[in-house]
Amino acid sequence: MGAPHGHRLHFQGHSPVHQAPAHLKIAFLVSFMLVVVATPVPWLAAFAAYAAVLAVLVALSGVPALYLARRLVIETPVLAFAVLLPFIATGPTVDLLGLSLSRPGLVAGGGLVVKATLGVLASLLLAATTEPRDLLAGLERLRVPSQLVQIMGFMVRYLDVVSDELRRMKTARESRGFTARDPRHWPVIGRSAGALFIRSFERGERVHLAMISRGYDGTVRR
Amino acid sequence: MHVPDGFLDAPTSLVTATVAAAGIGVALKGARRELDDRTAPLAGLVATFVFATQMLNFPVAGGTSGHLMGGALAAVLVGPYAGLLCLTVVLVVQSLLFADGGITALGTNVVLMGLLTVVGGYAVFRAAQLALPKRLSMVAPAAALGAIASVVLSAAAFVLLYAVGGVVPIPFDTLLTAMLGVHVFIGVGEAVITFLVVSSVVAVRPDLVHGARRVLAVRELETRLVSS
Repeated sequence: MGAPHGHRLHFQGHSPVHQAPAHLKIAFLVSFMLVVVATPVPWLAAFAAYAAVLAVLVALSGVPALYLARRLVIETPVLAFAVLLPFIATGPTVDLLGLSLSRPGLVAGGGLVVKATLGVLASLLLAATTEPRDLLAGLERLRVPSQLVQIMGFMVRYLDVVSDELRRMKTARESRGFTARDPRHWPVIGRSAGALFIRSFERGERVHLAMISRGYDGTVRR
Repeated sequence: MHVPDGFLDAPTSLVTATVAAAGIGVALKGARRELDDRTAPLAGLVATFVFATQMLNFPVAGGTSGHLMGGALAAVLVGPYAGLLCLTVVLVVQSLLFADGGITALGTNVVLMGLLTVVGGYAVFRAAQLALPKRLSMVAPAAALGAIASVVLSAAAFVLLYAVGGVVPIPFDTLLTAMLGVHVFIGVGEAVITFLVVSSVVAVRPDLVHGARRVLAVRELETRLVSS
C-alpha cells in the first residue's frame, strides 16, 4: 500500500506550484474561492483578474491547459442548470431571438457559469499538482481533526483496491451473461453492492487487526 | 448533483460550513465512543464503499441510469455517527481530489448530502423500526423508508437554503414543487436500491448491520439434546 503513483487527476511535475506546501495551496484555494463567490456578478474586471491569476498559476504549474479543459466536463450539470435559469427566474424580461428571458436570470446564470468554472479550474489545479499524501498532511496542518484525516487517508489508500473489487464483480457478472438494462436487473446489482459492503467492512476489520498487531493505539505516529 | 461554487452567496456558505463542522464534531465523539480505535480503518473502508457504490449505475430506461446517494444506507449499515463521517469524507475527497462540488460549497454539500440524509434517514428508520414488527425481515423495509425520506428532506432543505442564500429570484413555491416532484422519484429509486442492498447484507451477515442490532439481540443460543 501507499504506492507512489498519484490519483487519477494528478499530473506529475516539479514546478513551483507542485512544490508549494499543500496547506498553503488549500488555504489559498479556499480564500480565493470565497473572494470569487462574494464578488458581485457585474464586476467583470474583477472576474477577468481572477481568471488571469488562475491562468498565471496554470502556466507556472506546467500542467497542459488541454489536460484541465478536458476535465471540465464534470461541470456539465451546472451548465445545464445555468441555461435553465433565464427561463424559470422572475423579474424584468428581455426578448432574445424571440424568447422572453428573465434579466436577473440571465445575469445570475452567467455569474454561476463564471464562478463555478473558476472553482472547478482552481480545484482541478490543486488536484493536478498535489499528491494525496501531501494533501492529507496539509489538511492536518490546517487543524482538521486528526481522526477525520486518518479516515480520509484510509479512503484514499483503499480507493483503488475497492474500485478494483467492484470491477472484478462486474467482470464476473458479465462473464455469466448478465447485462443491466432496466430496473428488473436492480436486484443483481443491489446484491453486488451488498457483497461489496461485506468485503469492505471485513477488510476494515483485517486492517485494524493488522494495525493493532503493529502497536496501533488510535493515534498516528510520525 | 453537488452544489458548485457560486450557487449560494458567501454568508450562507459560511453558515452551512459552521453547521457542518458542528455535526462532524458530534459524529467524531460518537464514533469514538462506539468504535473506539477501530474508527479510522472501519469508517475509512466504509467511506470507500460509499464512494464505489456511487459509481455503480442502476439503469432506468432508454440508456439513462441513476446512482445511490447512500446517506440512509450508510446510517443503517454502520450507524449514524460513523455514517456521517463516511459521507463527509467522501464529499471532501470528491471536492479536493476530483473537483466535484465547489470548495466553498463543501459545508453546504456536507449539510445537504451528509448531515441531513444520515440524520434524517436514520431518524425515520428508527421510527419505522419502532412501528413495524420487531423482526429481522423488517430492517430492510424500514431502511427503504429512511432512504426515501432522506432524499426528499435533502431536496426540501436545498430549496430552503436557496430561498435564503440563492443568487436568482425564483418563486419559492415553483422551485419547491419542481424539486420535490423530481426528488420523490429519485427517492423511490434510492429506497428500492437501499432495500435491496440492506436485505442482501442482512441475509448474509446480519451481525454487521448496525440497524439490525436491536432485533438480533433477542436471538438466543439454543442447545438441543438429541434423544437417543
